[in-house]
Amino acid sequence: MTKQVQQLDRVIIRFAGDSGDGMQLTGDRFTAGTAEFGNDLSTLPNFPAEIRAPAGTLPGVSSFQLHFADHDILTPGDAPNVLVAMNPAALKANLGDLPRGADIIANTDEFTKRNLQKVGYDGNPLEDDTLGEWRVHAVPLTSLTVRALEGFDLSKKDAERSKNMFALGLLSWLYHRPTEATISFLEQKFAKKPDIAKANIAAFQAGWNYGETTESFSVSYEVKPAKLPPGVYRNISGNQALAYGLIAASVQSKLPLFLGSYPITPASDILHELSKHKRFGIRTFQAEDEIAGVGAALGAAFGGALGVTTTSGPGVALKAETVGLAVTTELPLIVVDVQRAGPSTGMPTKTEQTDLLMAMFGRNGESPLPIVAPMSPSDCFDAAIEAARIAVKYRTPVMLLSDGYLANGSEPWKLPEISELPDISVAYTTEPNAEDGTFLPFKRDTETLARPWAIPGTAGLEHRIGGIEKADGTGNISYDPNNHDRMVRVRQAKIDGVDVPDLQVDDPDGEAKVLVLGWGSTYGPIAAAVRRIRKSGGKVAQAHLRHLNPLPANTGEILKSYDKVLLPEINLGQLALLLRARFLVDIISYNRVRGLPFKAEELAGVIQDVIDGD
Amino acid sequence: MTELVNGKGLSLIPKSDVKQGMKDFKSDQEVRWCPGCGDYAILAAVQSFLPELGLKRENIVFVSGIGCSSRFPYYLNTYGFHSIHGRAPAIATGLAASRPDLSVWVITGDGDALSIGGNHLIHALRRNVNLNILLFNNRIYGLTKGQYSPTSEIGKITKSTPMGSLDKPFNPISLALGAEASFVARTIDSDRKHLQSVLREATAHRGTSLVEIYQNCNIFNDNAFEQLKDPEIRDDITLRVEHGQPIQSASKAVVRSADGGIEVVDRASVAEADILVHDAHRADPSLAFALSRLDEPAFEHVPIGIFRQIDRPAYDVLMAEQMEEAKAQQGPGELSDLLLGGDTWRIG
Repeated sequence: MTKQVQQLDRVIIRFAGDSGDGMQLTGDRFTAGTAEFGNDLSTLPNFPAEIRAPAGTLPGVSSFQLHFADHDILTPGDAPNVLVAMNPAALKANLGDLPRGADIIANTDEFTKRNLQKVGYDGNPLEDDTLGEWRVHAVPLTSLTVRALEGFDLSKKDAERSKNMFALGLLSWLYHRPTEATISFLEQKFAKKPDIAKANIAAFQAGWNYGETTESFSVSYEVKPAKLPPGVYRNISGNQALAYGLIAASVQSKLPLFLGSYPITPASDILHELSKHKRFGIRTFQAEDEIAGVGAALGAAFGGALGVTTTSGPGVALKAETVGLAVTTELPLIVVDVQRAGPSTGMPTKTEQTDLLMAMFGRNGESPLPIVAPMSPSDCFDAAIEAARIAVKYRTPVMLLSDGYLANGSEPWKLPEISELPDISVAYTTEPNAEDGTFLPFKRDTETLARPWAIPGTAGLEHRIGGIEKADGTGNISYDPNNHDRMVRVRQAKIDGVDVPDLQVDDPDGEAKVLVLGWGSTYGPIAAAVRRIRKSGGKVAQAHLRHLNPLPANTGEILKSYDKVLLPEINLGQLALLLRARFLVDIISYNRVRGLPFKAEELAGVIQDVIDGD
Repeated sequence: MTELVNGKGLSLIPKSDVKQGMKDFKSDQEVRWCPGCGDYAILAAVQSFLPELGLKRENIVFVSGIGCSSRFPYYLNTYGFHSIHGRAPAIATGLAASRPDLSVWVITGDGDALSIGGNHLIHALRRNVNLNILLFNNRIYGLTKGQYSPTSEIGKITKSTPMGSLDKPFNPISLALGAEASFVARTIDSDRKHLQSVLREATAHRGTSLVEIYQNCNIFNDNAFEQLKDPEIRDDITLRVEHGQPIQSASKAVVRSADGGIEVVDRASVAEADILVHDAHRADPSLAFALSRLDEPAFEHVPIGIFRQIDRPAYDVLMAEQMEEAKAQQGPGELSDLLLGGDTWRIG
């Protein structure tokens, strides 16, 4: 049978199943094949905090969305073209996001009466007209997998577990994905269990062959490789890029990296990744709690290390006092906050941008620190280096605000030239700095206002620092009112003076009246929305803040040069509050806190409304 | 930073090539404890002991938390970090784990170490971080002006407990032993000779050494340890705990009891051979723990000395070994290898 091949410019697939069905792995492997094929891509994993919620229930549904295209794309896509539903719960939980006409590949074996009842279906939606608006491909994935593995010495249960690989094989056929990488991945993953490796490979190939032979799929699709700038690429998630950025910062600063961290979703993968790279002279310390994590990092920084702590919002709350100590002792420290939905425990696996004001003000006293926010998964690499640059140059804690969307999302990353990475090294102080030959630990560099970094082991520079207010210069304890006023102001002035690049505006013909501003992970959806507006003839300017504190010097000027400024945030208007207070600009906020990134279509609508508005 | 060579005691810390005296360790800061505070005696004992170590002064760091005793680092002409309440062991852990060439001391009190910082203390002990922890125990909160502490006796009348405190106190020695500490000792501010002999052993120990120092707060809890200082009775109630020696005071001795535990009996009632001989190096800490329980309820007899002193790899050395092993297996880190390590593809 000759099957038709249809060309597409982009596709959005969502794999959905029980949290034990291996959907994240399936998505990861499809992503790897897609990356290898040369499409541009963007991913959005979405999973519950429960490791194994009750099987077949709505709270237990885990999904992985992948957007791939023959051109550069900016988001994991608004609405899937294809939903792979491994059970009724996966169908029900995701159907609302599915546009009319989309494909549904459903695992009929799981659509049993009991499973249907679990999620409140009276009848079988695959058999009645519930799914009339969509193109349904009913495939008995589980039983086909079991049949394909009949020759293997496997229990039925073990054979059934390979159904995700069958699904992956089928989708790989459907979209012409290369298969070699997945096969070698399975061989490696199950190197110690060759039978399991063979079974998974057989299931994967059976899925492919099923697509080739079955009549349920009469068309397969091709998405040509994207024309991306030349270079070597790999696919990378935000957490991995952030970990690599910290390693690069250690190399480029010539400082040994010390990570003090306590496991917390969605930041733990940074701890996992860094602990694999001890050969770089990295020390990773899994502390007894969040406070000890940052305390140990600060202690290591006092000893001359690049001290880092990684956490999420609840951890930042616990670390606040120690971060304040780093502010006042003026030691370099990187605090990574992979933001998640709050308050309190909130929704640990869901994303949010709600820690900005905590990063700015969440400490006692006047306690300013620089804040850097990456704008895409791969940008976490550069943002980590930038945070380290500021920390060591100005001897200050720096907050790096990633979030759950960046942390777990992935995209192709054009590898940087190592030789082009910035040199961020600084010298420890080794000589007395006062005219009388003594050492003044708080005598500042006249340009940066940074104090000397004299580490233990340096003869003649013995000194004491601490959380009590310090006399300007000597660092001795001081309760002098004027000294305190001066020290408060100089610490603020140091942070205000951090060198950050000007804010760039994307305004192609300079005729836009509306500026859309963003920060952090909203870059992709905002930029995609801006494209849509421009494609339909609208005029809109875009700017994105990477440095939230201090703000680029030209920020106010840019905000004031547009009739309207729209600021979408995944919070209730935290940056808007700061900008309004600082620049007296009447920012138009757009806020959603659903634990999910914005959709491009949604933002395009909002932008259009602002353009059209009075 | 100094290259790590495996070793014990102070062998990783650079030695001074000049002779040092007590004045070399005094900073120019005026000491501001209340007149009569036991902290003065401890400070003087430490300042006069440090020259004996012969270490480079710049390789010594004192880290403290919050409380009266935590002002200690300001008065020593070494590196110092006066940090925040309870967190000194955590901060010192990062420093000591990454700098095996430093002698790192933690100065803390009963509130700082056992209340707000209890978690950090027990984890430092189990990890065996290379620290000397001096726990000044005065059984009261001094800096906040006289509330009961986690070592105050039950029923303590203070500003925050006008009807008497309700909580059972910690026994710091028992706590440390329960937390897998490799070196645990108790001494007293007024006995400089004993204090310095304990410090000598504590500094020679690689790993965490916890030294509880009974320290008098003459403002809010005066004479808390008076019996141990009273020439009339101190020799009778002080049970000397010394490795290889019978555990006894002038008039009392520790023996095995019929129920399998230990008990304090009249010295004259037992033969010398029946007195329990202390073995600080015993791998099993249960006997040391039993010894630590002998000072309940209060001061009928108090064991003083080194309860436990065992060899166990220090945390910094273990950490460094893993780094070396990773380098040996995978070669030194190269950024380009790291970035190219996943599935990559080339465009153009």
